[in-house]
Amino acid sequence: MEAENAVRIVNISKTFGSIVANDKVCLDIKRGEILALLGENGSGKTTLMNMLSGIYFPDEGQIFIGDKEVSIRSPKDAYDLRIGMIHQHFKLVDVFTAAENIVLGLEDRERLSRKAIAARVQQICEHYGFDVDPNQKVYNMSVSQKQTLEIVQVLYRGADILILDEPTAVLTPQETEKLFTVMRNMKADGKSVVIITHKLHEVMEVSDRVAVLRKGKYIGEVATKDTNPQALTDMMVGRAVALNIERPEPKDTVERLRIENLSLTSKDGVQVLKDLSFSAMGGEILGIAGISGSGQKELLEAIAGLQDVTGSIKYFPPDGNGGAGVELVGKHPLQISRMGVALSFVPEDRLGMGLVASMGTADNMMLKTYRDGHRLFPDRKPPNRLAKEVVEELEVMTPSINTPVRKLSGGNVQKVLVGREISANPTVLMTAYAVRGLDINTSYTIYRLLNEQKKAGVAVIYVGEDLDVLLELCDRILVLCDGQINGIVDGRSTSKEEVGLLMTHLRKEESE
Amino acid sequence: MSPKEPFVRITRRESPFTRALLIRIAAFVLALIVSALIIVAIIKVNPVKVYGSMLDGAFGSKKRSWITIRDAMTLLCIAVALAPAFKMRFWNIGAEGQILVGGLATSACIICLGGSVSLPLLFLLMIVTSLLAGAVWGLIPALFKARWNTNETLFTLMMNYVAIQLTSYFVAKWEHPYGSNTVGIIPWDNSKVGWLPNMFSHGFNTDYGWNVLIVLAVTVLMFIYLKYSKQGYEIAVVGESENTARYAGISVPKVYIRTMLISGAVAGLAGFIAVSGASHTISTSTAGGRGFTAIIVAWLAKFNTFTMIVMSFLLVALEKGAAQIASDYGFNDYASEMVTGIILFFILGSEFFINYRLVFRGSARKEAE
Repeated sequence: MEAENAVRIVNISKTFGSIVANDKVCLDIKRGEILALLGENGSGKTTLMNMLSGIYFPDEGQIFIGDKEVSIRSPKDAYDLRIGMIHQHFKLVDVFTAAENIVLGLEDRERLSRKAIAARVQQICEHYGFDVDPNQKVYNMSVSQKQTLEIVQVLYRGADILILDEPTAVLTPQETEKLFTVMRNMKADGKSVVIITHKLHEVMEVSDRVAVLRKGKYIGEVATKDTNPQALTDMMVGRAVALNIERPEPKDTVERLRIENLSLTSKDGVQVLKDLSFSAMGGEILGIAGISGSGQKELLEAIAGLQDVTGSIKYFPPDGNGGAGVELVGKHPLQISRMGVALSFVPEDRLGMGLVASMGTADNMMLKTYRDGHRLFPDRKPPNRLAKEVVEELEVMTPSINTPVRKLSGGNVQKVLVGREISANPTVLMTAYAVRGLDINTSYTIYRLLNEQKKAGVAVIYVGEDLDVLLELCDRILVLCDGQINGIVDGRSTSKEEVGLLMTHLRKEESE
Repeated sequence: MSPKEPFVRITRRESPFTRALLIRIAAFVLALIVSALIIVAIIKVNPVKVYGSMLDGAFGSKKRSWITIRDAMTLLCIAVALAPAFKMRFWNIGAEGQILVGGLATSACIICLGGSVSLPLLFLLMIVTSLLAGAVWGLIPALFKARWNTNETLFTLMMNYVAIQLTSYFVAKWEHPYGSNTVGIIPWDNSKVGWLPNMFSHGFNTDYGWNVLIVLAVTVLMFIYLKYSKQGYEIAVVGESENTARYAGISVPKVYIRTMLISGAVAGLAGFIAVSGASHTISTSTAGGRGFTAIIVAWLAKFNTFTMIVMSFLLVALEKGAAQIASDYGFNDYASEMVTGIILFFILGSEFFINYRLVFRGSARKEAE
């Protein structure tokens, strides 16, 4: 009997040092289905799929393709078995064209003619509904184009089993829709598609079947039509979790930051921020939405004093003594904090900007306060005390407060960073992608902390990528598109579609 | 038939202190065995005798021991000078030049002022000018890096050649006796003014207590500076990530400049020790490649100044031992340096086994059973 399963994974285990990434996982992938592999960060989804695609080799267990046991020792073996994986971080050569990337690494049994490649690429594109220009250089491509290219590359090599690792993390809702259409086309073609994700609504929308991993163990599988998001979350987390984010009504809001005509031109002469004007209020959460690279990072860094901007950023202190406000443009971070501006900032790059990766929690706590006290030697007691508090209150999993934060998991790193920034008693709290890569529990801890800050009258600025969260958490949402403010909408009354549209389509200058 | 797994795979591991130490000791023993095999195979002499001769070369007599200590201290001083720069990930490979200008300053003091100012004042001037000269040599690349983000590796390297040319000029100017193309032992009147004296007895060059005292003091101070001071904290932050430093309100250019002033100054002090405390002359080979050897010391010690003490002794003792077997057995230097090379190779290679583990075919399954 021809096996119905394209792939059977039997009792696969993989450990990294003392960490068990996969523990006797069994999984079947059927032909002509879309399987969602669901699990929190660190549950071993990517590790498992990396063993299918030849990046890792399992410590034990067997893999069957069809009904034959195989040994996948390298990505080339995986290709020979018609398995292709689209990684979270693209593996493309920037200076090559799309076509050059597609044939990269293929053994030339025959002479490659650019025309033949282009024709074949064209054929794949038409078949599945892609849009790829074979002669476009990768560095000129948008994120979604790069992803499309990776998929075409895998199909070009004849893959029947496609694995997509968190493909929607970088896409807008519209692009995600397009990707799902393509996935359905591939399924109709008899291919097996595995999508690794932790977004439940996507699972519900696109998959036929869901397999759940938790802490490296296989928990179970269900047909998508027989389940619902709440049941899946409970499987994923291992206990019942409330899935709604609290949004207290803002009270006593006061203007805390007023940004006027803020512009920034990068070193290469690209205008990154164009004439932004808006206010952030104490006692509310201002969301900032936009496709990645629309200027979110630069905007926050400008407020923090890390960018040379033009325009005006006025800060109004809560005691009201500021009068006309304190100007922040032209000041560097130390000057800003010395003027008494209690600004906390959780940057996107946690280990590369917010924390010192090689230092422990304790030493990281004094990153902004080490100047206090003795002239030559910093007082290590307060940071040690603070580190212990943060570790205890936010349940940071760390062997000790002196373990380099680099060795902690993403969620714990973020807790250390957020803990430090909140402990500084800010009046303005800016966070960039605060829950990226965090598990559900930690994400909800972060939302709770942000709401506490909001209730305490802090002006919270939340740059996010998950529209569902933005819509549930934020009082107002500012949408950036290509470095411009394309609209500020009310979080309670707007819709995902409206925000998605504002993210991608610049509104023409309307008469105001 | 079960499909084959790869013959060998590499996996990461964390090694506790004792295992790391055991691996290092094993590497050292293995290096001695491999060297012994090569000695027997190629040179056909008893390796135990060769090792004995190496030990003899380094510590065979009181005089030899002091020379080994003296050279280890000079090397240590240079490595300590590199520590703050390297911790900041500022690749200062210009210690060679910084030593030379420090040595030049010391020589200038002895030649121009020796005998005409009081001895304490002369020593004060020698130390201050050598510190300043080294600091200037460190400052220039730092300024350019801070202002225009130039590549410090190339810049510090080039500064070495400038220092060598400068030294050549002064060697020609101070040539003594005329036509020798060397400066000779300074001061020329054989008064030994400006020499670091013995610490435990009268006279010169029979013990090097002052060299030891000065360098160890610098080593301890540097350790405290890097580990406990605010500036040391800033250096660590800048070295880890410039963005984090800027985020924390640290002025990155300021830290570059300040740290390189310190790094250059300490290397300049090594120049003072090399001239006043050891060679009592100046030439283009006063630094003698030690500015580069010190880079190995600093890396082997992972920038911990106390571990650097051990590493400096190891390297200098190996060098002395190699020279000894070269003369005892009539090898050329290269044969004996092979032994040094093998030992270094094993010590560096042992780091791999501390951080990684090899998994051979079938062993994982056996372990699981």
